[in-house]
Parts: sequence; C-alpha cells; structure tokens
Amino acid sequence: MSAVVTGRVVRIRRGLLSVRVDGRALTVGLGVAVALVVVMGITLTTGEYELSVTDVLKAIAGQGEGGADFVVNTLRLPRLLTALLVGAALAVSGAILQSLTGNSLGSPDVIGFNNGAATGALLVIIVTGGSMVQVATGALIGGIVSAVLIYLLAFTRGVQGFRFVLIGIGINALALSVNSYLITRASLYDALTAQSWLVGSVNSRGWEHVTAAALAVAVLLPLALYHARPLAMLELGDASAKALGVGVERSKAVLIVVSVLLAAIATAAAGPIWFVALAAPQLARRLTRSPAPGLVTSALVGALLLTAGDLLIQRVFPTAQLPVGTATGCLGGLYLIWLLASEWRGKGRYT
Amino acid sequence: MTRLHAEGLTLAYDQATVATDLGVSIPDGSFTVIVGPNACGKSTLLKALARMLKPKSGGVYLDGNLISSYRSREVARRLGLLPQTSIAPSGITVGDLVARGRYPHQKLLRQWSAEDEAVVTESMRLTGVLELAPRLVDELSGGQRQRVWLAMVLAQQTSILLLDEPTTFLDIAHQVEVLDLCADLHEHKGHTLVAVLHDLNQACRYATHLIVMRPGGEIAAQGDPSEVVTAELVGDVFGLPCRVIDDPETGTPLIVPVHRKRRSEDDGPVAVHEHATL
Repeated sequence: MSAVVTGRVVRIRRGLLSVRVDGRALTVGLGVAVALVVVMGITLTTGEYELSVTDVLKAIAGQGEGGADFVVNTLRLPRLLTALLVGAALAVSGAILQSLTGNSLGSPDVIGFNNGAATGALLVIIVTGGSMVQVATGALIGGIVSAVLIYLLAFTRGVQGFRFVLIGIGINALALSVNSYLITRASLYDALTAQSWLVGSVNSRGWEHVTAAALAVAVLLPLALYHARPLAMLELGDASAKALGVGVERSKAVLIVVSVLLAAIATAAAGPIWFVALAAPQLARRLTRSPAPGLVTSALVGALLLTAGDLLIQRVFPTAQLPVGTATGCLGGLYLIWLLASEWRGKGRYT
Repeated sequence: MTRLHAEGLTLAYDQATVATDLGVSIPDGSFTVIVGPNACGKSTLLKALARMLKPKSGGVYLDGNLISSYRSREVARRLGLLPQTSIAPSGITVGDLVARGRYPHQKLLRQWSAEDEAVVTESMRLTGVLELAPRLVDELSGGQRQRVWLAMVLAQQTSILLLDEPTTFLDIAHQVEVLDLCADLHEHKGHTLVAVLHDLNQACRYATHLIVMRPGGEIAAQGDPSEVVTAELVGDVFGLPCRVIDDPETGTPLIVPVHRKRRSEDDGPVAVHEHATL
C-alpha cells in the first residue's frame, strides 16, 4: 500500500513493471462482469423454449441437438452478443466524449451522432430502398458526417468542450427534423421500415451484426485503452495536459475518431439506442468513485444495461416484440431526470 | 546563452498581434518576474515560453534547440508550467492529483515506480500539503489548492518552472505564502523560476530579475529590480505618477502612488488620462 496515492501498487521484476490498481474499480468491474454472465445465462436458457445450461453449452460448442442448436445459435446468441457489443461500444464512446467535453451531456446520443446516423439510414431506406447492409453503411456515414460537421463548426483555436456540446445539440435538432421530413415523404411501407429502424432494436440480429460490432470493438477498444491515460490527463484542462507532456491535439483527434466510430458502428448494427452512452459512463463513475474515466467499467456497465434491458422486454412483454430502444429510453429518461435533479440540488459531484 | 531564451518573437491570437520582434532571455538560476499593465502581453509571452502558444515568427529556445523541435514529453521533463486555470477532476484526492505531475516520466507499464512515489512525497512535503494527501481537492481552500498545484508541477522535476499569475484569486496572506514558497524553491533547490505577477511591490520584493513590459508587447526595462524600478519607469509604463521608496522590510523598491489631489495639481494630465482605461 502506498501512503500518498490511492489504490494498491503492484511492482514486479524489480520495478520494471509497476501499476496502480484501484481496488474499488476492480471489485465493481468483477461484480458487473458476474451480473453480465448471469444475465447472459438467463437470456440463453429461459424463454418459450427452456434449455439447461448443459444444452446451451453443447449448442455453443456445436454439439447441440437440432432444436437447441437453432434456438441458441440462430435466435438467442446473435441477439445477445449484438446487445452486449453495442452496449459496450456505446458506453465507451460516451465515456470518451463526456470526458473530452468535461460535460455529462457530451454524449453521442445527445449531440447528434445517433440522429445523424439515423438520417443516413433513412436516406438509404427511403431514397434507394437498400438492403440491411446498405442501411447500416448509410448509418455509419451519417454518423461520421454529423460528427465532422460538429467538429468543424466548433473549431476555433482548438475545440472547447461546451461549444462542442452546444453545436452538437443544434446538429441533433437539425438531424431530427430532417428525419421527420424524410418520413413524411416516404411510402407507407418505407415509413414503417424506417420507424422500426428508428426505435433501435436487437430483434432478429444475425451473425453479420455480431461480426461487424465485434470487429469494431476489437480494434477500437484497445486503441481507446491505449489513450486512456492521456484522456485522464486532458481532464486537467488543455494547458495543464500539454505542460505535462500530453500530445493534446493528437490524443484528442484519435479519441474523437474512436468515439465517433464506436457510436456510428453501434448505431449501424442496432439502430439508434438512447441513453446507454449517456448513462453507462456516469453509472460507472459513481460506482467506482474514480476521478478518471474508467473505460473498461463503462464498457461492462453498458453491456449489462443493454443485455438486461433486452432480457427485460423479451420476458415481460414476450408477445409485443418491443425494441430495446424503448426500454433503454425509459430507464435512461428516468436516470437523466434523477441526475439533473440531484445536480440541481447540489448533490451531484460529476457535472 | 541561457537555457531558456526567445528571439524575434511575433505573438498573435488569430489576427490580433500582441507583440512583434520580442527578444527575451531568462537568466539561469534566477527568479524572474514579468510585470506590466493589463493586456501588455505578459501572460502571452509566458505562454510562448512554455510552448502553449505557437509564435507567428521567431522562436523560443530551450537548452540550445527550438522548443518546438522537442517531443512534448521531453519538454515536460525540462520545463514545468502552472497555468492560470487548471481543472481538478471532481472526486480526485490531493495525492492522486500531485501524482499526475509524474506523467512525463511514466510509461504504460511503468505507472508508479518507487522513484515516482519518493518524488511525489517530497514535492508534497516541500509545499506543505503532505498531510492533505488523502483529502479531496474539492474540499480545499484556495490557498491550499494553489500549493497542491505547485506540488504537482514540482513532481514533474523540472529545473525551470513557469508560473502564470500564481497569486490571482488569493488573499494577501496566501499570496505571500505562495511567493515565499517560490522564493524558497529558488534559493534552496536551485530552480529557475519565471512568474507573471500583477503586484509591482511583490515583484520587486521577490524577483532577482525583473522584466517590465509596456502595452504593445515591448520590453521597457529588465534587470535587478533595485536598479530598474524608478518613478519615471512606472509613470511611463503604467501611466501612474508615483514615488519609489525603499521597502522598510527588505530595502527593495516600494511603489507609492501619488495622492490623487496632488496628482491633479502637479502633474496635470501625465499619462493618467491617457492610460486610464488600460
């Protein structure tokens, strides 16, 4: 134990390797991971077609019987993994952006990445009537274009957090009205397709969604983790971070790109899902009580939020086929109200 | 040549030019204080010296090379800066904040060596915040907080320290406390200090080398405060008629503004009106 800094210091090989481990963050991370495994277990074993854990494991290993194999590998597992990966991607995207802007509203769903992605997807659905893959590509491009727009408009001698958020909210409103307009111009069939895409859902997601999201997370998450220390330093303000040797402009650029791509790919895979990116990093910070943005804990909390939300709507409304976007929107709305109310009363420590 | 100097600096924010063809040299081992009226470009000069602001032309040299030719981390091991405003992440402890000063010495897998710990402990001891280590920065008073920031900059272990108005927002007792600490660091630890200060009397008392800037980013005078600071200079640069007497405590120059009634009788409009808005 060290007297001056928090956390446990681990030094091995005569100090060649030394890391600080935050005991509380570790406990929270493990706890959330366990909860995540439990939710995954329940999702895979329960439902209309009950399975034992052994059946599920056999099916995953490729040795399941016909029925079990179909239920696990075609119906439940891809949907579950999509929810898990999308949740994690959105949470990390939100954690990075909130930390960079120094604002808990600096989250991709508030500042227009998601609605921009939706505009891209709607254009594809309504104008070209494209396939699932084309819609996802449209969403990806839409998300990136809106992010570039915000960045350019907010840029004067560097990007200042508050301005970034304000302009993002403006872009968000703009994208929202374009989306409404596009739906009024669409045929009934297209409008229905568009509407079902717009609520955000992991219903009937296949392995192609899982692969896309997994690739994104596998590439972008390590990149984000590599820049986690500069990210923590940037919270001291640009001047201090630069004085302490952080390559401010480069780190910011990399982190913004990672954040935008994670949000855009998640939206391409599952449609716009609200509040995971906003709420997961905040919940993670409050649980770990850490002064630094915990990207791993945020990712775990995001994954848990989305998988649990999806499990909830599958089991509570089994016939309604409710999209997970409505569940996270509901939970997230309540959370946002609580967050703002507690901050207004001066209780909130993270603003 | 001194370790830190600048030649032919033109400094500007976008279109607004603050200074042209500015040359300045920071004597090694000095406690240099930069003073001047508001908006004369003293903080801008400090920002340029700390490579926070890229000059339009000219260059800042550190240890013989252009400061912009070093990697950011390398500069951070030689030169420390305490900016005017820094943000303490909410919920951070004093110890953790000071430990962030070790960033330029750390690596991804070498985050907290025994040396890091020793340096951070020593920096906190020097600034008198060691016993505050487990406290939250949010809970500290302004004076304590400024000492914590100083400890963080000290933990960077640079022999050159730049301080941008380190006493702003502090009451007089805490201003003196922070400046005494700076003087101690200069005397006992051999640091080269460069500070921007507002208070001329404090500048004269603490500086071993004074740089006086006038509006337009020119250097009006520099050198030992006792030799440089005269009533003429203060009248010329600040537009303030004054007397300069010996500080009864230290013998350094003490600026006493002329009484307003005498000002209007004797000196008439001497610069008072001219610079009244500066």
